Amino acid sequence: MQISSVLEDGSYVITINGDVDASSSIMLDEAINKAIREGQQHILIDCVNLNYISSAGLGVFMSYIEELKAKNSRMVLFGLSERVENVFRVLGLDQLLNIMDTKDQAKQQAHG
Amino acid sequence: MPSTNTIIRFTTIAAIVCWLGLVMVDLMIGFELSNANVELGIPRFLPGIFLTGYIVSLFFHYEHRLAGADNLNFIELLWRVFVTGLIATIVSVFIQFFLSFMVSGSKLAEHDLLLSLLYHINIGLILAFVISTFLVWKKLILYQKTKSLLRTWQVFEYSFLASLLFHFIPHVRFDIPFSLIFAFLVALGLVITPNLKWVAFLNFKQKWKSILLILLILLYLGYFLIYLLDQRDNELLISDLSNHVSVLSIYTFIILYAISSLLVTLFNLPTTSVFEQKLEEVVNFQRLSQSGQTGQSQDEIYDLLLDSSMSASFATAAWFEFNHNNENTELITRNIKERELNNVRTAIQTQAEKKTKRPGISSRVSPRNDTLTENIKHSLFKSVLIYALEVQQEKIGTMVLLKEVSDGFNNDVVNIINTFGNQASVSIENYRLLQSAIENERYLEELNIAKRVHESLLPSTLESNEYFEITAFSKPADEVGGDYYDTHRISQDKFAMIIGDVSGKGTSAAFNMSQMKGVFHSLAQIDLDPREFLVKANHALGRCLERTSFITLSYFVLDTREKTIQFSRAGHCPSLYYDHSQLKLNFLESKGLGLGIIRNEEYCNYVEVNQINFKPGDLLVMYTDGITEAKTPTGEEFGYDRLKQIVNENIKKSARDIQKAIIDGLLEFTLADGIEDDYTTMILKFN
Repeated sequence: MQISSVLEDGSYVITINGDVDASSSIMLDEAINKAIREGQQHILIDCVNLNYISSAGLGVFMSYIEELKAKNSRMVLFGLSERVENVFRVLGLDQLLNIMDTKDQAKQQAHG
Repeated sequence: MPSTNTIIRFTTIAAIVCWLGLVMVDLMIGFELSNANVELGIPRFLPGIFLTGYIVSLFFHYEHRLAGADNLNFIELLWRVFVTGLIATIVSVFIQFFLSFMVSGSKLAEHDLLLSLLYHINIGLILAFVISTFLVWKKLILYQKTKSLLRTWQVFEYSFLASLLFHFIPHVRFDIPFSLIFAFLVALGLVITPNLKWVAFLNFKQKWKSILLILLILLYLGYFLIYLLDQRDNELLISDLSNHVSVLSIYTFIILYAISSLLVTLFNLPTTSVFEQKLEEVVNFQRLSQSGQTGQSQDEIYDLLLDSSMSASFATAAWFEFNHNNENTELITRNIKERELNNVRTAIQTQAEKKTKRPGISSRVSPRNDTLTENIKHSLFKSVLIYALEVQQEKIGTMVLLKEVSDGFNNDVVNIINTFGNQASVSIENYRLLQSAIENERYLEELNIAKRVHESLLPSTLESNEYFEITAFSKPADEVGGDYYDTHRISQDKFAMIIGDVSGKGTSAAFNMSQMKGVFHSLAQIDLDPREFLVKANHALGRCLERTSFITLSYFVLDTREKTIQFSRAGHCPSLYYDHSQLKLNFLESKGLGLGIIRNEEYCNYVEVNQINFKPGDLLVMYTDGITEAKTPTGEEFGYDRLKQIVNENIKKSARDIQKAIIDGLLEFTLADGIEDDYTTMILKFN
């Protein structure tokens, strides 16, 4: 699994390539942590190439909900496959996280 | 087989008896000879028998006395011989003294019988001394025995014992048969004499002690020899030892061996230290080889290597530098301060640079690339040996030995250092393997405990009444699972049912699950509606779950009197419900967030409760995501649709059969291979 982070038009885009399981979830954790430490207000998570996410990966997302709210930052996920989006929905995380279809929609949501 | 002590006692008595017999017989014969008119009729061979008996008794006596000395202490053995000789000499000297001064001139002094008696006392002592010395020499010779040496010695011993019988054949001293036997025995003795390996094992002090003791022993031997030769051909003597080829041969052998031992010990004095040095190297090597297993840390192994190397090479100073846990370089030094150390390093560096500029300058590199000896320009140290310690092809440290003379490290020393280094490397590897094995074992033990905890958390029986049948199946992934299911009978007609999945695997999941069980059994008693249950459960668990952990649940309250099912879903995969009257099989929709995601009072806004009125023939299938997310080797998921399909196909069957169909279908689909998560089903069929 690979994670890349770039600053793009005022948004901080974290791209996930591969599966997020127990061991690789640490990388995701570090990436989001870094973004928040740097004070990024508009964070996009590119899930186009995210094939599978385990409960460890879900745990990473959920653990930052409070902190993002406190820092007034917005994190938006986009490009989720049907299967992955279903996982978020069953858990109920879709009510807490912003999930969009396309990158543009996500950008709008993050800045809106 | 009589014990050694018995034999010793027996032979002592036998010896004394024989000696007394000899004395008596000789005196009587002597008396007979000097008084022509007396006829005692004593057979002339009798003295010989007693003498032979005496010698043989002495032989077995000392052999068994010495057999007890299991820990061969050479000095002790020599000391024994010395003491025996001393006693014999003292008594003998005393007798001389007695004769010369006390009774000189008197009639008594001239009396034949007295002289004869005194002679017999002397030879009794001499024989005891000779035989005991002979047997001590035997122990020394056979210290490192080979088969051929043993055989040669046995031939020698038996020949000696056999030669005792020669006495009964009429002969004259040194006639042809006598001389032949004498020559044969002495020749054998000479062949055996060069077995002096025991000398090498003495340290310096012991060698000096041996020299002293052997000199004194030779003194006694000489004194007795003079006495015997002096007394030969004395007509009074019936038993003249100098007539016995056996005694003479053995005497000669003892003297030969004593002289050889003396000379060899003397000439080996200068080389004693080499032997001791080698011994110490072996001991150090052994300590190094055992250090990994006896649990000594790596640092202790380094210390051992450094000390052993210094001692083997007689280095004046040394140091060992290594990386501690891949961080900074650490140093262990001997007899050198860090400042001086840096000076030496510079000197070595200078020398290395000089070498690359002018190849061919003398410096020895061992055939293996890890040892280097070098002469350096330094105020104090003139030569250096550098050894690179490698473990599993990774260099972990460098050892530097220093000497104040140039060319101080010869090939022999380099080889030994290499040996030590190799052994240290092996020991360190052993140590590391041992550590990881211990850690592994600890980990397995932890899992084992968690597994037993997990097993105890799952219900042994499922509560039900005549209105429904219920069955459940759960299989954990690793030794420990995170799936949880349980039932609780609230009242006659009311039942609570729960199925859940604790995120994660291994021991932490098991602990979370046990907390879940506690919460379930506490809250279920209060007969809350499912939404309230989840809210309270979330509040309770929110405090104990780790930061990134959450729990998914479905909670059902069944009322068989009202015929209702109330349920709430907290992030768990939606359960399947079959409505028999409408023949419809559907997933139960219910909004609900998993537990532990929102850990404050906001949570109640994210869960809802629903109700179903059940009828006979209805079916409720609860399960965990281990079922729907199970994959084939190619990565295809089992999925919700396939689950629904299998239930549909088996809808008429009993709860148990439906469960079996699901499990079988699952295993068939994944080819019994790809189920990485725990999977659980709990199925209710209404009667």
